[in-house]
Amino acid sequence: MASLSLRNIVKRYGIGPKANQVIHGVNAEIQDGEFVVIVGPSGCGKSTLLRMVAGLEEISGGELRIGDRVVNNLEPAQRDIAMVFQNYALYPHMTNFDNMAYGLKIAKVPKEEIRARVDKAAKILELGHLLERKPRELSGGQRQRVAMGRAIVRQPKVFLFDEPLSNLDAKLRAQTRLEIQKLHRELGITSLFVTHDQVEAMTLAERMIVMNAGNMEQFGTPEEVYSRPATTFVASFIGSPPMNLLKNAPGGRPGSILGIRPEHLDVRDSGWALQVETVELLGAERLVHARLGDEMLIIRTHEDQGAPAIGSTIHAQPREDRLHWFNAETGQRQ
Amino acid sequence: MVERSPYLTLLSHLIMVLGVLIVGFPLYLAFVASTHTAQDIVQVPMPLLPGSNFWQTYHDTLFGGGTGPGSSAPVARMMWVSLVTALVITFGKIAISLLSAFAIVYFRFPFKGICFWLIFITLMLPVEVRIGPTYQVVSDLGMLNTYAGLTIPLIASATATFLFRQFFLTVPDELVEAARVDGAGPMRFFKDILVPLSRTSIAALFVIQFIYGWNQYLWPLLVTTSEEMYPVVIGIKRMIAGGDAGNEWNIVMATALLAMLPPALVVIFMQRWFVKGLVDTEK
Repeated sequence: MASLSLRNIVKRYGIGPKANQVIHGVNAEIQDGEFVVIVGPSGCGKSTLLRMVAGLEEISGGELRIGDRVVNNLEPAQRDIAMVFQNYALYPHMTNFDNMAYGLKIAKVPKEEIRARVDKAAKILELGHLLERKPRELSGGQRQRVAMGRAIVRQPKVFLFDEPLSNLDAKLRAQTRLEIQKLHRELGITSLFVTHDQVEAMTLAERMIVMNAGNMEQFGTPEEVYSRPATTFVASFIGSPPMNLLKNAPGGRPGSILGIRPEHLDVRDSGWALQVETVELLGAERLVHARLGDEMLIIRTHEDQGAPAIGSTIHAQPREDRLHWFNAETGQRQ
Repeated sequence: MVERSPYLTLLSHLIMVLGVLIVGFPLYLAFVASTHTAQDIVQVPMPLLPGSNFWQTYHDTLFGGGTGPGSSAPVARMMWVSLVTALVITFGKIAISLLSAFAIVYFRFPFKGICFWLIFITLMLPVEVRIGPTYQVVSDLGMLNTYAGLTIPLIASATATFLFRQFFLTVPDELVEAARVDGAGPMRFFKDILVPLSRTSIAALFVIQFIYGWNQYLWPLLVTTSEEMYPVVIGIKRMIAGGDAGNEWNIVMATALLAMLPPALVVIFMQRWFVKGLVDTEK
C-alpha cells in the first residue's frame, strides 16, 4: 500500500526540436488507498500516462514516486504494481491457475504460498471452479476476473487498470463496475483506472483526472468535476447531454462564455425566448433542442411536462445559482 | 449446388479409386519386386504377385548381404545416418530460426532492418547457387564424411525464420507487456510464452524440415564418399551400377521402400498437428 505521486510528468517521442510532446507535465498526488480514474477522449494521452506509471513507457521528464521510492527508471516488475489490460492479456496456453501464479513463480515465491494466494484470490473473485481451465474456455467476464486475480495475487502497492471494461457488454460492464468497487473496498489498494467512459469514471472514482490533448484539465472528486468544471473542455466532456456553452447569452459578459447544464434550465412563461428544433424522448425525461439567437442549446425536461411543438417558441429560465462562467479565450473557469 | 445422386457418388468414387490406383501401383510393384529374387524380377513378364523371398531380401538389404555390382553397404546403417542427419537438421533449423525470429521481432539493435532483409534475400537463392563455395568451406574445415558436414550447411533457414517472424508479429503486444509486469526477462518470456505459443508452427515445420532433411540428395552426394556415411537416398543411387550391369533390383526396391517409410510415418503421426499449424490461429 502506498501513495502515488506524479510530478510534472512529461512524455516526448523523438529527441531534439522535432520531438513530439504528447504529455505536457501532469501533477497529481494520489493518496494511499485512493481510487483515481483518468478519463478523457481517445488520443488524450491517458493510456500513455498509465503506461508510464506501469513502466511500459519511458518517462521523458518529471518524477514518479510510488510510496517513498522514485521509480522512474525501474522495470515494471520492480515497481510493485499490477496491471489489468484491456484485452486481459492472459497467457492462452496456461491454465487460469498458472496465469495467476506466473508472476509469483518468477519471483520464486514458495509453492504452498502461491497455492494459498491464488486460492484466496479465486475465492474473492468466485473463480474457484475455473482454475484448471484455460482462458479460451471462459467467457469475457470470467477472463476479466482472471486478469484481476492475476493482479491481486501479486499483492501490489498500486493497481493499474487500462480500460478493463471496454470489451464487456453493457450489462456485464455495470456488474463488473460494482465488483471492482467492492474489491477496492475490501483490499484498499491504491488504484489508477483509465477509461474513456464518463459514466464509469463518475461511478468508480473517488477522485478523477480529466485529460485533454496531453494536459490535465482537472483533478477532483466527481462532484467537483460535475458541479464546478475547471474548463470548457471538462464542462462539455462530463455530463450527457453536455453543458450548454453560450457565447452570446442574454445578460452575458463580453469575453466570457456562459455555461449552463440542460437540467438547470426551467421551461417557464417568461425568460429566454427559444425556437424549438427537435425533441427527443429518453423515457423518464425529454431533451428539447432549441435555438437561442444563433446558438443551439439543450434543455432537459421531465417526461410529464409534455412535448413542445417543433417550431414553436418557448421560454426558459436558467437557475441563477447554477451558472458557470468561462474565459472565452483560455476556456478557464472565471 | 452439388446434387446428391447415386450415379454422381459412384462416379466420384470411381475417379478417386482410379487416382489411388495410379499412385499406389508403382508402390505395389516396388513391394512385389522386393519379395522376389533378383533373377525372378528380370523375367518377362515380371511377376505381379508377392513372392517368397521377402525375409531374405530385407535381411540382405538391411545388413548388407547383396552381391550386385553396385554398392552393397548395409541399409540399416544408412537409415541411421539419414535419421541422425534429418533430426539434426530439423531441430537445428527450428532452434536457430526461433531465436533469430525472436531477435528480429522483439529487440531493437543497429542494422536490424538490414539483417532481416539479408535473411529474407537468401530465400530467393536456391541452395545450388552457393553449393560451390559451401563445399569449399566444408572441405577446408575437414568436415567431409562427417555428420557435421552433412547437417551444418543445411541448418540455416530463411523460410523458417520468416515463418516464425510472421507468427511472432501476430502475438499481441499486451502479452509481452503482461509478461514484463510479471517480471519475466526476455529469455524467460521466450521459453515460457513464445515457444509454447508457437508449438503448432513448430510441429508443422518439424514435418516439412524432417522430410527436407531426409530427402537431401545433392549435398550428401558431394560431401560423402565413404559407405559409412551414406544417407539412404544416396545409398539407393550408389547401388545402381551404370550400364547393363545386373543390378539387384529386389534390394534396390526394398531400400526404396525402407527410405520412404520414416517420412511417411512422420506425416501420418504428425498430420493432425501439421494441419493445425498451418490453419490454426490459437492465441
